[in-house]
Amino acid sequence: MIELPTLGWQSIVILVVFGVSLLIATYCTYAERVIAAFLQDRVGPDRAGPFGLLQPLADAVKLFTKEEFFPAGANKALFIMGPCLAMITALMSSAVIPFGNVIQFGNNVFNLQGIEVNIGMLWVFGIVSLGVYGVMIGGWASNNKFSLLGAIRAGSQNISYELAMGMALIAVLMISGTLSLREITLQQSVAGEWHFWNIVKQPLGFIIFLVCAFAETNRTPFDLPECETELVGGYHTEYSSMKMGLYLFAEYVNVFVASAVMSVLYFGGFNFPFQYELRDWFVNSQGWELMSAQNLISVLGLLGLFGKIFAFIFFFMWVRWTLPRFRYDQLMRLGWTILIPLAIFNILLTGGLILGGIIK
Amino acid sequence: MQSLSNRAKKLEAKPMTLAERAYLPAIFQGLSITMRHFFRAATKKQVTVRYPEEKRPFSPIFRGLHVLKRDEVGRERCTACGLCAVACPAEAITMVAGERKKGEENLYREEKYAVSYEVNMLRCIFCGLCEEACPKAAVYLQPDKMAPPRFERDEFIYGKDRLVEPVDPSARSIRGIQLTPEQADALAQRMAQ
Ligand code: SF4
Ligand code: SF4
Repeated sequence: MIELPTLGWQSIVILVVFGVSLLIATYCTYAERVIAAFLQDRVGPDRAGPFGLLQPLADAVKLFTKEEFFPAGANKALFIMGPCLAMITALMSSAVIPFGNVIQFGNNVFNLQGIEVNIGMLWVFGIVSLGVYGVMIGGWASNNKFSLLGAIRAGSQNISYELAMGMALIAVLMISGTLSLREITLQQSVAGEWHFWNIVKQPLGFIIFLVCAFAETNRTPFDLPECETELVGGYHTEYSSMKMGLYLFAEYVNVFVASAVMSVLYFGGFNFPFQYELRDWFVNSQGWELMSAQNLISVLGLLGLFGKIFAFIFFFMWVRWTLPRFRYDQLMRLGWTILIPLAIFNILLTGGLILGGIIK
Repeated sequence: MQSLSNRAKKLEAKPMTLAERAYLPAIFQGLSITMRHFFRAATKKQVTVRYPEEKRPFSPIFRGLHVLKRDEVGRERCTACGLCAVACPAEAITMVAGERKKGEENLYREEKYAVSYEVNMLRCIFCGLCEEACPKAAVYLQPDKMAPPRFERDEFIYGKDRLVEPVDPSARSIRGIQLTPEQADALAQRMAQ
């Protein structure tokens, strides 16, 4: 039973998470260009504001003042629904991510997480697989064959890679025995004894998950749904103005969520090394109360998690500006004949190691 | 087939090795290369020239914005003969000729002068043929100035106000010898008589 104060706190957290996701997505568009520029020995945007920091604002103004274009013969309702759906599904999945441990004031315990559900992982997966509908509907409603081709590609690509991704995840679930993201995080570091992050137990699974995450977020080298050399702009060929902006934005929110999920599943979430030692040091040698020391650790953990997320976002961009795009048949072959067998092998391996008592 | 240059290289498609098929080694190699460039750009050298603040050195034979020269004593050299306009492949030059009146000898060097002289910088291809054609050594393309970008088309039509060399006594010289302002004024007065 959820009491009212908890509900209020949850709404606040969700609103904050919502705002933070949007803010991060906004600055991803800036970071993407700066990183791209640096990787190519260039400067990047540096005109709008100091270091070009107002560039996202300038982009938004530009997108809002562009003409709203509806192609002839397009299904108007679906045409509008496409980008909205893409954005909504992208934002929804961040609700269950545990951004930090609890913060305590007196008797009130505040959880730095939108909603704590014991099926958090399933929630993320469910929403992510809904995300493809935004692309599919947009591509279909445009009444343009390039858009449709892009949408079909997006559909088949997401379905193929979701399989391998799910199987990589099963191995994590075998170790943790729970679907709750919070539980999975807490298990990666238990007070008093040293627990490794899941990346140590699941290196192969992590690589599979990472590759699939690239495919699920439609990022290079798997950005075939919007491959401009073949399909003009793929599913968003016909989109203009802020509807186009929503699609581009949704991609960055997806990257943010994928980075958060990977940090939580494989890199310890809000845990950081020696956090308990640090807490005990504050309590024992500085004379702090246990509660405030724990709160400090929670805040540091929150920052640590964002550090991990930013590192992943950087990695996403780094890869984008390094690798060329896959060919469609190569993409399918990689998904079905390499990643899925590897994922199954990983499940068997994990099972064997658990039976042998080597990992738990 | 006979190779013409004897440099043809025979290629054969070898099957990919396991390392190549696993993609990952090649991917890490690529990532390390781009990361090197990232640090190079972040720490020292970017190839970008931040244009308005930072300018590339011009070549000494660069052909930039036109100038209509004055002679040693500050009179306009152009006699509105129209040879530059004829030579211009882009038909960028137009002018209106006028007759010099009495008392204007200190303004115009010849009896005929250009009342108006316009170069359309949007048409001009900066070939320098006008400079070659001019018998009076009046029109030159400056090696250090360009026509800057503007918002309106008519701002690209440069009239005499922007083309004629400004009257600056300190800039006057006879055969490369700099004149003092007094010398220049005296010269101008003598020529006017
Ligand atoms: S530089 Fe060439 S194109 Fe330009 S005005 Fe002179 S002759 Fe014409
Ligand atoms: S600039 Fe030279 S070529 Fe052109 S009209 Fe004047 S004198 Fe003649």
